[in-house]
Amino acid sequence: MASLSFILRRILQMIPTILFILVVTFVLVRLLPGDPATVMLGDRGREADIARINAQLGLDKPLVVQFLYFIANVFSGNLGNSIALRVPVTTLLVERLPVTLLLTGMAAAIAVIFSVPLGFWAALRQNRASDTIIRGTFQVGLSMPVFYVGLLLLIFFGAHLHWFPIGGYGHGFGDHLYHLFLPAVTLALSLSAVLMRNLRSAILNVIDAEYVDFARSKGLRGYVILVRHVLRNAVISTVTLFGLQVGVLLGGAVITETVFAIPGAGRLMIDSIYGRDYPVIQGLTISLAIVVSLIFLATDLLQAWLDPRIMR
Amino acid sequence: MSDIATSQPDGDAGRKKGRRISISFATGIVILIVSLILAFFPSAFAPYDPNVFDYNAILQAPSSAHLFGTDNFGRDMFSRVIHAYTLDMQIAVFATIVPAIVGTLIGAFVGYVGGITESVFGRIVDATITFPFLVLVIAIVSVLGPGLINMYIAVGIIDWVFYGRLTLGEIKVQKRLDYAAAGQVMGYRPSRIIFRHLLPNSMTPALVYWMTDMALCILLGSSLGYLGLGAQPPAAEWGVLIADGKNFMTSAWWISVFPGIAIVITGLGFSLLGDGITELLRTK
Repeated sequence: MASLSFILRRILQMIPTILFILVVTFVLVRLLPGDPATVMLGDRGREADIARINAQLGLDKPLVVQFLYFIANVFSGNLGNSIALRVPVTTLLVERLPVTLLLTGMAAAIAVIFSVPLGFWAALRQNRASDTIIRGTFQVGLSMPVFYVGLLLLIFFGAHLHWFPIGGYGHGFGDHLYHLFLPAVTLALSLSAVLMRNLRSAILNVIDAEYVDFARSKGLRGYVILVRHVLRNAVISTVTLFGLQVGVLLGGAVITETVFAIPGAGRLMIDSIYGRDYPVIQGLTISLAIVVSLIFLATDLLQAWLDPRIMR
Repeated sequence: MSDIATSQPDGDAGRKKGRRISISFATGIVILIVSLILAFFPSAFAPYDPNVFDYNAILQAPSSAHLFGTDNFGRDMFSRVIHAYTLDMQIAVFATIVPAIVGTLIGAFVGYVGGITESVFGRIVDATITFPFLVLVIAIVSVLGPGLINMYIAVGIIDWVFYGRLTLGEIKVQKRLDYAAAGQVMGYRPSRIIFRHLLPNSMTPALVYWMTDMALCILLGSSLGYLGLGAQPPAAEWGVLIADGKNFMTSAWWISVFPGIAIVITGLGFSLLGDGITELLRTK
């Protein structure tokens, strides 16, 4: 029962966060230079037309009223229409967001596959040559901007070796995965550096703990100790860090999608900024922030499962 | 897997070496000193004017005349990369200095006062980290318009929270210690206790984070430059230079590759410095 109340409490905590997200996006978009009606009609718009469109969008009402309308609309799934593409923002999100989620999901998977074994290896070989090489390589990876890594991979594996397509998204699920492989590796690089570093030091902290000595003195075999006692405790802080890094990952996706010409939410965001398509920017910011808070929820629950003391 | 027993941290040996500055720390210091010299005196090291077109030397591969080659306007890439140090080091400092100071002070205040102030601050932190940092910066820059000043504002709006959170945690530990209580007993004003006693002992995490943050802001600045939302061409900024070369990646790789190396080296310098400071303070 303790766990059920923990989960409920944790879900309730999301409400103020989501409200804050909505307030920030609302305020941000109202600050946009140039009113949307002028953007829609261009410079030739007549006064009467501009007023009509403002009335249509509810922009002639007081801010508080606008905000209440906005909240009501968001919760009924209505995020307005794109000014440039003239379709509902929700339609665009349904179309584009899965692409970005697939990309970041792949990147996260690649990062975990790389960083967990390497973090272990580096910790167990502390200060030896292989540890230094692993850490040095990742340190360099951490200092590389995403767009630069992307360009280098694109040039070498795409344009030069022709192993991978030089951008786009392809058709069909298998083709999507193939097209997203290089972008996902691009995104995974800095994430795996962060995770590896954290896991390494967490393992070094745990490995001296008394319960590990105890497990060893009980005669448990090496890998049992490593997986059941060392990894389970070391990974807790890495899970927190992973949650915090999801935001960074989504930000990186915006850039990666631009470099690799992937029709995802990030690319849409950049296009909308150039086109001043404010309903789209608003919808994207809200939905990306909600994705992040859902991931926070998931990592918190995972953490509580790994270490039930957190639930108290 | 039997080496668990042998892989204990090398306690004694490590401690004896502790006083010496490690090779990586020294490397970090050297990289940053060189970067600062290049940032302040680029003309002393750049062989050409970074903005002068030379139509007789278009898209030339790296050679002894043009160490990093030339771009599609015949501009010398070595000179452009050197001159970009000025702008990119400036980004590192200007983008972070205000949030670092403001955030640390707010964190110290909130940590000392505690109570409702702390829970309000906690909510702000929660909400801020829910927004993907880059997405929020891009959104703010799109509202304010492209350019470096607006990027500083966008970073500042968000970044202080991280310094605040780090200092807050540290102040909460420090204020429970005896010397803080002693200060209160002696009737010192809270401002004196915070500034003279608690803060100097609580600044390490924020200081270390500042190093990382400067590296992050160079990456951020160049990313925005690449997207056309940061420094505006023809300004020499690494991200802008890389964007300049992206259409020539197959024919003239050097335009994009060398500015990227400069970013990596500078970023590395800041991280090594941050790690070194952590190490230095831990062994003291």
